[in-house]
Amino acid sequence: MTDQTLMDTVETPSAGRPTPLGIPRLHLAICAALVAFFIIGPFFLYPVFLMKVMCFVLFACAFNLLLGYGGLLSFGHAAFFGSASYVSAHAAKAWGLTPELSILLGTGSAALLGLVIGALAIRRQGIYFAMVTLAFAQMVYFVSLQAPFTGGEDGIQAVPRNMLFGLIDISSDNALYAFVFVIVFACLFLIYRIIHSPFGQVLKAIRENEARSVSLGYRVNRYKLAVFVMSTTLAGTAGATKALVFQLASLTDVHWAMSGEVVLMALLGGMHTVFGPIVGAAIIVTMQNYFATFGAWVTVLQGTIFVVAVLLFREGIVGVLGKWLKKPL
Amino acid sequence: MTDTDLILSAKGMTKQFAGFMAVNNVDLNVRRGTIHALIGPNGAGKTTCFNLLTKFLQPTAGSITFNGRDITTLAASEIARLGMVRSFQISAVFPKLTVLENVRVALQRRRGHNFDFWRAQTVLGQFNAEAMRRVEEVGLADFAHHTADELSYGRKRALEIATTLALEPEMLLLDEPMAGMAQADVERISELIKRISANRTILMVEHNLSVVADLSNTITVLARGQVLAEGDYATISNDERVIEAYIGVGHD
Repeated sequence: MTDQTLMDTVETPSAGRPTPLGIPRLHLAICAALVAFFIIGPFFLYPVFLMKVMCFVLFACAFNLLLGYGGLLSFGHAAFFGSASYVSAHAAKAWGLTPELSILLGTGSAALLGLVIGALAIRRQGIYFAMVTLAFAQMVYFVSLQAPFTGGEDGIQAVPRNMLFGLIDISSDNALYAFVFVIVFACLFLIYRIIHSPFGQVLKAIRENEARSVSLGYRVNRYKLAVFVMSTTLAGTAGATKALVFQLASLTDVHWAMSGEVVLMALLGGMHTVFGPIVGAAIIVTMQNYFATFGAWVTVLQGTIFVVAVLLFREGIVGVLGKWLKKPL
Repeated sequence: MTDTDLILSAKGMTKQFAGFMAVNNVDLNVRRGTIHALIGPNGAGKTTCFNLLTKFLQPTAGSITFNGRDITTLAASEIARLGMVRSFQISAVFPKLTVLENVRVALQRRRGHNFDFWRAQTVLGQFNAEAMRRVEEVGLADFAHHTADELSYGRKRALEIATTLALEPEMLLLDEPMAGMAQADVERISELIKRISANRTILMVEHNLSVVADLSNTITVLARGQVLAEGDYATISNDERVIEAYIGVGHD
């Protein structure tokens, strides 16, 4: 590695030489493959299933922005995913808002909620941070159960698929698919950019050695709050989109089990990787969908996979792959 | 001694942990442009003093002034922004970042772009030349693209100093810069400290007395949280109380 020109702008250790966009070739190739997969996908697989996968991919990546790069384990991310899904469902159904506005409103409410909960939670570290986020998430769950507009145990059902921008009909699965595809991939690109930005570099420094970052003059709590809000906002986008796909916002979305599931997705795929949560989310959602006939056994299977993952490859599937290829993924 | 000669001064600095006086009524005056050493037996409160001065701990009582400004209630990150940067006993590097990136994190703090989340990090390339200069300065040019966790202990400390210097601080606080270091490294770091002390003030905690004798202008001896003696090496090494504190009663 030392024979490299010292003054060039290569991010070492790098995943191949960077292109003019600043994205390594390998990453570009993986992105292209992902885009291609989700474009061709609906011809072979059930579109609603793929849309579910995309929503959870976004949720997992948003969550991992906080865990993998902010170094903060939130155990209450369902609160943001779920509340955004309630808000967007309510906006579409009760107020007849267009899909893009419903999603924006849901996203915005998750951002606001993230700002409030984050400002309080980042004062604590490690397990205490996780517990504070969990406690707040339980409060959000309680509100979702009791508030008049959430429909209690029933949730908000039969959410209409209104006209996009008031003009375009997205009631067919294929049209909706294109809409979801654009949202999810735009957000994924944003997450990729955040991770590989100057801000992302500071986040990595804080994650690696918080005390040292402080001693260099970084006001670390501002960075933590910023990444927390970014993460909750994008988790909100995932939840809001999901509500329109399934035409349903329910208590499942705000339940603590959902918070646990997203932790599982990130860990299974590899929390210190960009692409890990995508793989993790895809695996978990696929299992839930295709093994649904096994009933409660899906949970047992999930648990087993989790235990195996933790014991055998702690860096997650993509983490292990990256180690094997000697390139960050 | 006028007040402007003093860059850092603590008055009646006290820290109490659950009934235990870790630092008890310590007065410390560091003159501008000197190397000042803080020595004392284990548990004397040296590191606690460091943590108090850099605001990683909040003093129970007393006041701290840096460059004529009362910093007693400031946050730790603000101290660094005023120009006083500390190192840690356990070498403080960012293990998974490369040597160059480690230094760049410091440059980035001073130059901005810190909250730019929408830009590619290639904009940070503009700091590479200066970061490289800092890396060369401490003799780590060959390791610029290695991650910090691949470095030997002595090199990690050198990297830490390079990172600190990138902030161009007026004052450095070094917590045991030579701890656990091989003799060859001790000489190298010693040389480095001497070199960087030009136009700077350094306060360091150090156990290696030959290093202390060689480098420092003033030495403050702490024992049981209190100042035992202060002066140059000759004064200190002949002080009865200091000998007693280090070797014990009955030494003749």
